[in-house]
Amino acid sequence: MTIAIKGTEISRRGVLAGLGGMSFCMALGVDGFSLVGEAQANTMANAQVTPWVRIAPDGIVTIYSAGAEMGQGSMTSLALIVAEELDADWSKVKIEFAPADADIYGYTFQNQRMMAIVGSRAVQLYYSNLRTAGAQVRKVLLANAAEKWGVDAGTLKTEPGAVVNPANGARLSYGEIAAFGKIPATLPAVDAKELKARKDFRLIGKTIPRRDTPAKVNGSAIYAIDVRLPGMVYATSLHSPVHTGQPESWNDADIKKLPGVIATVRLPNGVAIVAQHFEQAMAARSALKATWKKGAAESFNSERALEDYVKVHHDAKAQTTEIDKKGDVNAAFAAAAKTHKAEFRSDYGYHAQMEPLNAVVRINAAGDKAEVWEGSQAPDATRDEVAKALGLKPADVTMHQCYMGGGFGRRSLGDYAAECARIAKEVGRPVKLVWTREEDIAHGMFRPQSFQCLEAAQDASGKIVGWKHCVVGEGGVLLHTGIRPLYYDIPNQHIERRGVSHGIRLKHWRAVGHVFNTFAIESLVDQMAADAGIDPIEFRYQRMSITPKAKKCFETVAQMCDWTAKRPDGRALGVSVTERSGSLGAGVVEISLDRQSGKIRVHKVWAAIDGGVIVTPGPAKANVESAILYGLSSMLHERVTMKDGAVEQSNFHDYNLMRMSDLPEEMHVEFVDVDTRPTGLGEIGNPFIGGAISNAFFKLTGKRLRHMPFTPDRVLATLKA
Amino acid sequence: MASFTLNNQRVSVDADPKTPLLWAIRDHVGLTGTKYGCGAGLCGACTVHIDGKAERACMTQVSAVEGKTVVTIEGLSPTSSHPLQKAWIAEDVPQCGYCQSGQIMKAAELLASKPKPTRAEIITHMDGNICRCGTYHRIIAAIERASREG
Repeated sequence: MTIAIKGTEISRRGVLAGLGGMSFCMALGVDGFSLVGEAQANTMANAQVTPWVRIAPDGIVTIYSAGAEMGQGSMTSLALIVAEELDADWSKVKIEFAPADADIYGYTFQNQRMMAIVGSRAVQLYYSNLRTAGAQVRKVLLANAAEKWGVDAGTLKTEPGAVVNPANGARLSYGEIAAFGKIPATLPAVDAKELKARKDFRLIGKTIPRRDTPAKVNGSAIYAIDVRLPGMVYATSLHSPVHTGQPESWNDADIKKLPGVIATVRLPNGVAIVAQHFEQAMAARSALKATWKKGAAESFNSERALEDYVKVHHDAKAQTTEIDKKGDVNAAFAAAAKTHKAEFRSDYGYHAQMEPLNAVVRINAAGDKAEVWEGSQAPDATRDEVAKALGLKPADVTMHQCYMGGGFGRRSLGDYAAECARIAKEVGRPVKLVWTREEDIAHGMFRPQSFQCLEAAQDASGKIVGWKHCVVGEGGVLLHTGIRPLYYDIPNQHIERRGVSHGIRLKHWRAVGHVFNTFAIESLVDQMAADAGIDPIEFRYQRMSITPKAKKCFETVAQMCDWTAKRPDGRALGVSVTERSGSLGAGVVEISLDRQSGKIRVHKVWAAIDGGVIVTPGPAKANVESAILYGLSSMLHERVTMKDGAVEQSNFHDYNLMRMSDLPEEMHVEFVDVDTRPTGLGEIGNPFIGGAISNAFFKLTGKRLRHMPFTPDRVLATLKA
Repeated sequence: MASFTLNNQRVSVDADPKTPLLWAIRDHVGLTGTKYGCGAGLCGACTVHIDGKAERACMTQVSAVEGKTVVTIEGLSPTSSHPLQKAWIAEDVPQCGYCQSGQIMKAAELLASKPKPTRAEIITHMDGNICRCGTYHRIIAAIERASREG
C-alpha cells in the first residue's frame, strides 16, 4: 500500500516515503477535521490531507500529537486518547508532533480553526474527535481481518495491537493487517455509543508515564534553543524599553567593530545584533547605545496608574463593557437587608518561563521557502507570522515544533519567530535568535494589573441575592476571565469591565484574569461569612446558592484537610473556590505568619478538582501541583512594576520566583470521581491561591489583604493599618 | 584556546578566554543539555561539575577551566543510569524539563559528598536552582529515593 501525502509538509515526506503499511488521513470537512481513507482523501477536490495515524507492518503505530509540550503532558495524552479507541499496544506507539496546519490538525473554537494549546484546551477540545478517529481506525482493522478470515466483523474483538477471533482463537496483529489491509474509500462512521465505556479503558485513567520524561533527565530533549544548523549564526535583540517604541539611531559603527559581529538589523521595535557566536551577540547587545522614538507608554508609571483606576471606577463616563447581566441588580440592592462592598488591587505578572524566548529560522537560497524551529503553544500562528514576516504563503513555511521550556501563555503568538525570520532574511543565513533573560522581562507581555470593586446584597434571610463586580484596567478579555461566579447561582448580577489604555504589552498568563478575579470574589465571600459569624464553607452552602458541582468540591476538600479540626497555634486555614476552562474545584491552604518580617509561609495545600474524566492521572496531578506552586509564587513574591514606560525588574534577583525553601511541607490534590467529559487542568490549580491565603490571613490576624502579591512590606502595612 | 576534559574527552575551545563556559559547551562543543536560564548565576539551569564541584557555567569563563575536568548532564552517566536519573524518572519529576539538567547536576554534587542527606540539607543545597514548573517536591522525593536506592 502506498501513501498519499498531499499538502506541503516537506519535512514529513522523507520520513514517511516508502515505509509501507496503512496510512489514515485527516481531512478538513464542514464539521471540523475527520479521518478519511487514502482513496477518499485522493478524491477530495482541493482538500489538504496528511497522515494522522500510521500503522507500519512491524506493528509500530505512529500517532501525530497536536499537543504542544510545555511540561503539561499533552503530547502524550492526546496520542493516548487515539490509542485507547484504536486499542493500540501502547508500547508500540510512537508519538510525533503534528505538522503546523490548523486546517487539518486544529480544533474548532469560536468558529475558528486553531492549534493553540492555551486555556488548558488540549485534552478538552481534542478528546471527542480523537476518540472517534481512533475508533475509526480500529473498525478498518477489524473489517480487514474479517475479510481475510471470511467471517463477520461483528464477531471479532481487539486486544491491544491485535484483532482476535474468539470463536477459534485466530489472531492478526495490527502490523500484519497493515501489510495487506485496504482502507475503504469512505471510512466507517462511529457512533458515540460505539466508543468504549469508561470501565473498558485500558489507557485512559491508568498510570501511564509521559513519553518525554526519559529525554528530560539526560539532556537529550531538544528545545528550540538547542537546534544547530550548518552555517547558522546567532542573534539577540534589544527592544525599545518603552513598550511600542521604535529605534531612532544607535552606535552602529562601534557595534560592527566588536568581535564576531556580522550585522545589525533594524526591527520595527528594536535592534538585533547578529554574530558568529551567541556570547559575541550578547556582548555587543550590552555595548549597544540606542535612542528611541517615543512609545505609547512613554510616561507610564504602573503604581500611579493603578491608583488612577479608582478614579476610572468612579467616573460615570468611563469606557464600560458589560460582561454579564442577570435579573434586576438595582432592585436587589434597593431591597437588601444588608450590603457589602470591597476593593482589591493586583499587580502585573511575568511568565518567567525558564527557557528565554528563542527561535531558529532557515530560508532557502531562492528565498521562497522557509523553515522555523520554535517551541510554540500555537505552531500554526508561528507558521503564519513567519510567512507574513517573509512575504511568503503559510504553505511555504515549515514549522518544526520543539519542546518548550515553559509556556504559561506567553508562547502563542509567533512574534519572536517572526523577528528571527526578519533577521535571517536580512543576513541571508540560518539564524538562531535568543532573547536574553533581561530582554525577556523588559520586552515581556504581562498579566494585566487591575483594580476591582465588588458589592453584594443580602436579603432578610441572609442569602446573597445581588452581586456587582467591576474590574478596571487595560487588557480587554484578559481582565475579565474568571469574573463570572459560575459556581454561585446568584439571581441578580451585574458584571462590567472599565477599560483604560496605556500601550503596555499584555498576554494570557496561566489563568490570567481568574487569578485576581477569584481572589477578589472569594475574599468578599469570606468577609461576608465572617460578618455573619458563619463558617466560610457553610456560608457558601447556606447563603451563596452554590452549585452542586462546586459543593461537591468543597465537601471533598473539607474532608481532605479535616476542615474543622484545630490547627497548631499560629496556623490558620483559608478556603477558596477555583475555576478555569470548564474545571471546578476548591482549595485550602494552611499558613503561618512571621509578624516581624511580614513573611507568610504556606505549610499545607489541599485541592479537590472536578476535571471530568482524567485521561492521564499522574501528569494531571503534577499539572495541578505545578499551578498551585505557580500561584503561591505569584501571590507571595512576583510583581512587575514600570516607571517612565519601562519595566523596572531585569532578572531573577529582582523578579523573585518561589524557591525550594518556600515549598509547602504538604500538598494534596484529589480529583472528584465523575464520568463527564474532560475539562482543562493546566491552570485550575492557580486561581484559588490568592483567596485561600488572604482568607487564612484574616483568620490569623483579623485583617484582610487586598492587594496582590502579598509581599512582606504589604503584609506589614496591613498589620499596622 | 582553552583545553579541558569534558565528559572524559579532551576538548579544546577556540574562543575568547572570557567566553562563558556555558556557551563554550553549548555552541562551540555542541552539548546542549546544559541550559541558559538567566546568564547571571541566579537560576542554576547551567549547573555543571568542575573538578567535582557544582558550578554555574554562565558565570565561569572558559579560561578558568583550563586543564580541569568538566562534567555535564550528558556525562553524568553514559546510559542515563545514574541513581538520580533513575529516581527522576521514578518520581516523574520533569515537566517542561528545562531546569532539570541543572537540578540533577546540583543534586549529584550533594549525594557525592553526602550520600544520606536530611530533607533540610537537601533544601539548603538545592535552594539556588529555580524550577518554574514547581517540581520542587518531586525533586526532593527523587533525591531521597536515589539516596535510599543508590
